[in-house]
Amino acid sequence: MAIITYREAIRQAMDEEMARDASVFLMGEEVAQYNGAYKVSQGLLEKYGPKRVLDTPITEEGFTGIGIGAAMVGLRPIVEWMTLNFSLMAFDQVISNAAKMRYMSGGQVKMPIVFRGPNGPAEFLAAQHSQALQSIYAHFPGLKVVAPATPHDAKGMLKTAIRDDNPVIFLEAEMLYGTTGEVPEEEYLIPFGQADIKRPGKDVTLVVHGKPLRMVLEAAKTLEGMGIDAEVVDLRSIRPLDEASIYRSVGTTNRCVVVDESWPFASVGSHVAWLVSKNCFDLLDAPVELVSSEEVPMPYNHRLELAVQPSVDKIVAAAKRVLYKV
Amino acid sequence: MAEKVLMLALSPTMEAGVITKWHKKVGEKVSEGDLLCDVETDKAVMSYEASQGGYLLGMVCEEGEGAAVGATIALMGVEGEDVSALLSEAKAEKASGAGGKTGPSGSDGSPSTVVDAPAETSASKEPMASSSEADTLPPGGRKRSSPLARTLASRNGLEVDRIPGSGPGGRVVKRDVEQAMAQSSAGTPAGTGMISPAPGAAGLVTGTTARGTATASGTVVTPLSGTSMPAPSGTDEVIPLSGKRRIIAKRLAESMYTAPHYYLKKTVRMDALIVARKALAAKGEKRSFNAFLIKFVAEALRRHPQVNASWQGDSILRFGHADVGLAVAQPDGLITPVVRDCWHKGIRQIDGELAVLIGKAQQGTLRPEEYSDATFTISNLGSFGIEEFTAIINPPGSAILAVGEIARVQRIDENDKPEVISAMTLTLSCDHRVIDGAVGAAFLKDLVDMMEDPIRVLL
Amino acid sequence: MSERNLKDRGLDFLMGLLTSMLSIRFVEEKAAQMYGLRKIGGFCHLYIGQEAVGVGAIAALDLTKDYVLTAYRDHGHAMACGMEPGVMMAELFGKETGCSKGKGGSMHMFDADRHMLGGNGIVGGHIPVATGVAFKIKYNAEDGVVLCFFGDGAIHQGAFHESLNLAKIWNLPVIYICENNQYGMGTDFRRVSSVHDLSSMGAAYGIDGRQVDGMDVLAVFDAVKAAAEKARVSGEPALLEIQTYRYKGHSMSDPGKYRTREELDAYRQQDPILLLKNRMMAEGLLTESEYEALQAAQRKVAEDAVAFAEASPEPALETLYEDIFA
Repeated sequence: MAIITYREAIRQAMDEEMARDASVFLMGEEVAQYNGAYKVSQGLLEKYGPKRVLDTPITEEGFTGIGIGAAMVGLRPIVEWMTLNFSLMAFDQVISNAAKMRYMSGGQVKMPIVFRGPNGPAEFLAAQHSQALQSIYAHFPGLKVVAPATPHDAKGMLKTAIRDDNPVIFLEAEMLYGTTGEVPEEEYLIPFGQADIKRPGKDVTLVVHGKPLRMVLEAAKTLEGMGIDAEVVDLRSIRPLDEASIYRSVGTTNRCVVVDESWPFASVGSHVAWLVSKNCFDLLDAPVELVSSEEVPMPYNHRLELAVQPSVDKIVAAAKRVLYKV
Repeated sequence: MAEKVLMLALSPTMEAGVITKWHKKVGEKVSEGDLLCDVETDKAVMSYEASQGGYLLGMVCEEGEGAAVGATIALMGVEGEDVSALLSEAKAEKASGAGGKTGPSGSDGSPSTVVDAPAETSASKEPMASSSEADTLPPGGRKRSSPLARTLASRNGLEVDRIPGSGPGGRVVKRDVEQAMAQSSAGTPAGTGMISPAPGAAGLVTGTTARGTATASGTVVTPLSGTSMPAPSGTDEVIPLSGKRRIIAKRLAESMYTAPHYYLKKTVRMDALIVARKALAAKGEKRSFNAFLIKFVAEALRRHPQVNASWQGDSILRFGHADVGLAVAQPDGLITPVVRDCWHKGIRQIDGELAVLIGKAQQGTLRPEEYSDATFTISNLGSFGIEEFTAIINPPGSAILAVGEIARVQRIDENDKPEVISAMTLTLSCDHRVIDGAVGAAFLKDLVDMMEDPIRVLL
Repeated sequence: MSERNLKDRGLDFLMGLLTSMLSIRFVEEKAAQMYGLRKIGGFCHLYIGQEAVGVGAIAALDLTKDYVLTAYRDHGHAMACGMEPGVMMAELFGKETGCSKGKGGSMHMFDADRHMLGGNGIVGGHIPVATGVAFKIKYNAEDGVVLCFFGDGAIHQGAFHESLNLAKIWNLPVIYICENNQYGMGTDFRRVSSVHDLSSMGAAYGIDGRQVDGMDVLAVFDAVKAAAEKARVSGEPALLEIQTYRYKGHSMSDPGKYRTREELDAYRQQDPILLLKNRMMAEGLLTESEYEALQAAQRKVAEDAVAFAEASPEPALETLYEDIFA
């Protein structure tokens, strides 16, 4: 096993898939000559040339739509949004076209396209550049939405995404790019719709996806020190959602804390909490807790921005509440 | 003078009921026949109608509470009458359990129902505070308990509302139930007051052994004494008994162990009946196989009245009508809807009534008069591919017919030639106290003859 | 008026255009009638009056390698691409035999086999998508072109401007056809456009723009043919403003109060079908009785289309969940 960064895992996945299939290409702002705003596409221009690694003007609606049109007639575009915040400029293209074209045409076209980029708050970026948008995209039937949290999952799932014949929103995070983890030397793919138990435990289930996984694992360690054995369920894939793994875990622990860095209203987290409340009703010994972001636009001040987001302390406190150990 | 309104048995097997809804308020005028309240019995939710008029003066049993048959649930009388003395007397009686088994109390006013201070005082230092739990007692005054605690309690025969709760707002949680279980298993001999769970689903099967042990020693020694929940490896599962399951178990065990069963088996050649049914169906007269079966059985009962009878302890009751029951599976047990008076009904009418009854059975809306007191019962497992089986007699009847699947079989005919026929095996269980072997045999032979040659029904 | 000698174009070609326009006219009239009978619901944008644009333009294509994308006024384009009138009418009726299995309706006529990639319900939303189809042609070094139809209402959307810029910098073979029917819904285009010559909008992006008489099917054919040949060779995008007029309201619910009876009558005098018929008769290429026979035949086509749609089954409920993902 090699230890690589999350950034490198994404790059490797794109590199391998571009080598494997000539219809795969990458387009986005600064992906070619600049080597990517977050250096995710480093070296790809050199290797594959300007035909397959394209710098676009700053026109998210335009180039996102071009990707959709190209996918509709058989190419396999990877559209990089410099951040998910800019995808709002292309929202109509994703929702009205990518998600619906196959259905509206009665199954006449396929839409093999990946939209990827960093999602969620990083640091000191203020309101317009610090938001988690998975709940919005996950709302629409016709899109697959995944949020891997480790280099291993990122590489295996991006390769799956590129080979998928459907539109995939692939959510990365600026704060994850530099993190490291083990990745197999040999080729592997990770199917969508399979959660991963990142830490087995018997006292409380912590459900998470994407960036906050690291925080949740840290919280689990803190809880361990208090004699509480937490199980961490990493969803990895939001749509499709692996409900069975969540229920299996809650069936053992009888307690559930959902962690989601989105805002709580109509979010992935609140949806998961509802599913657990409904489907594990007779197994629950406490109401399901949701640890999410405060319902405010993100402030710039660091102390304030940290207070907005989930934290180890908040997760530990929620776990203790469902265990009645407050 | 105020009168007590008593819990009545709204089904033949009901011993207690829970009031799910009051349709009258205290002070409201009640006329005879008015819907007073809904009562959940062991089988269904039944309507409780006022047997006399007056004013509802006070309630002893609130919604959600249970009362034994014969216990006071409310007081009625003339308008404005002071019943406070009577009411507190009745409530005291209920609290002491004298009026029969009481339901969830809620009357004790124990400290556990007192509202705690808001649970999440820590929330103030956390901007996270999700909507803080409002620690008020929900309307109706029901005590709080977690879904898991309720499940655990009911599985272990405990009433969750009687367990002190340690969660926010006095919520009864898992640890409270576990504590209560530990206490009750320490303080109560197993098998007396509390219902001891049988490990696994083997309870019914091992019943003989358990019973044998009990009678032999004179004291109840269950094989589970000393063991407490939960099961060690988590692979076994304890299924709580529903009221219905309890009744089924009790009645079937009673029948099996008190009525001396014997069994008669005969294979019926079905070709003629199949042709006859098809011919009718072709003319738009599509009737269920069970309707035919019921009609044939009824006719055989008419010819053999000894079979249409019941053991009464010191006498035998011979029925003046043939009420044929058909066992129907439900998700939570089985029930036997009864087609009444089949001697005076044709197959078409039987089929129509049967369809309605089965529909109700599947929805759980059968009324007691629709499922009790069959004089004879049929259990048909043919659709499950069962070749033949024996059934347990369903009292007050003295015989039950077990019907297997219709299969194509090869047999040797009268001329020693092989032939392939459609055949079905019937097994008749008889109560020997009522039906002697020859009587049962004659009944079954007549039944089979009619089925093989349907015109015989007319003879 | 196109100047070339009519006879040189060939009788079959001319009869083809006339037949195609008549077919659309009669099918659209039937659609209006069926809408009144509540056989068709929702939005239904008729093409009556604009037939020469779709028919003339698409006649200039080779649909084995070229593509057509359009907006929601798409019945005429679908039929000009060769979609069976019955299949189209069945889609309008929401039937299982419709081109999109009854899931698309009036605005989403798709015929992927004939390279007709859809009507799109969002004003301007398909313009980047069409540009993406042209991207694929270039990526795969094919020699096809894309016709992207939209109305005068779409030309002020960002998607249009972003697409033109991208098509020019990447040299994509796409011909943007603005069907200027004078009204964006109820708004006279002159009230909302900074320039009244819409073809001049190409200039900002270095793209050739031309105005074309959209009532003259041959003028439309010639203009598109020329632009297409140029695009095939050089990959040059083009912008054509084809001036036309719709006789009916914007949609079925539009009373058309924003224009006068006189204006409508004036356009009816230059009806594209009438124009071609009169020219052919003047040149001795068509007799009155031949024309009457042609009309009768096309009326029958429209009636058969309705009969087919009427007799077709409703889609089964279980198809609800089909065609979301490939």
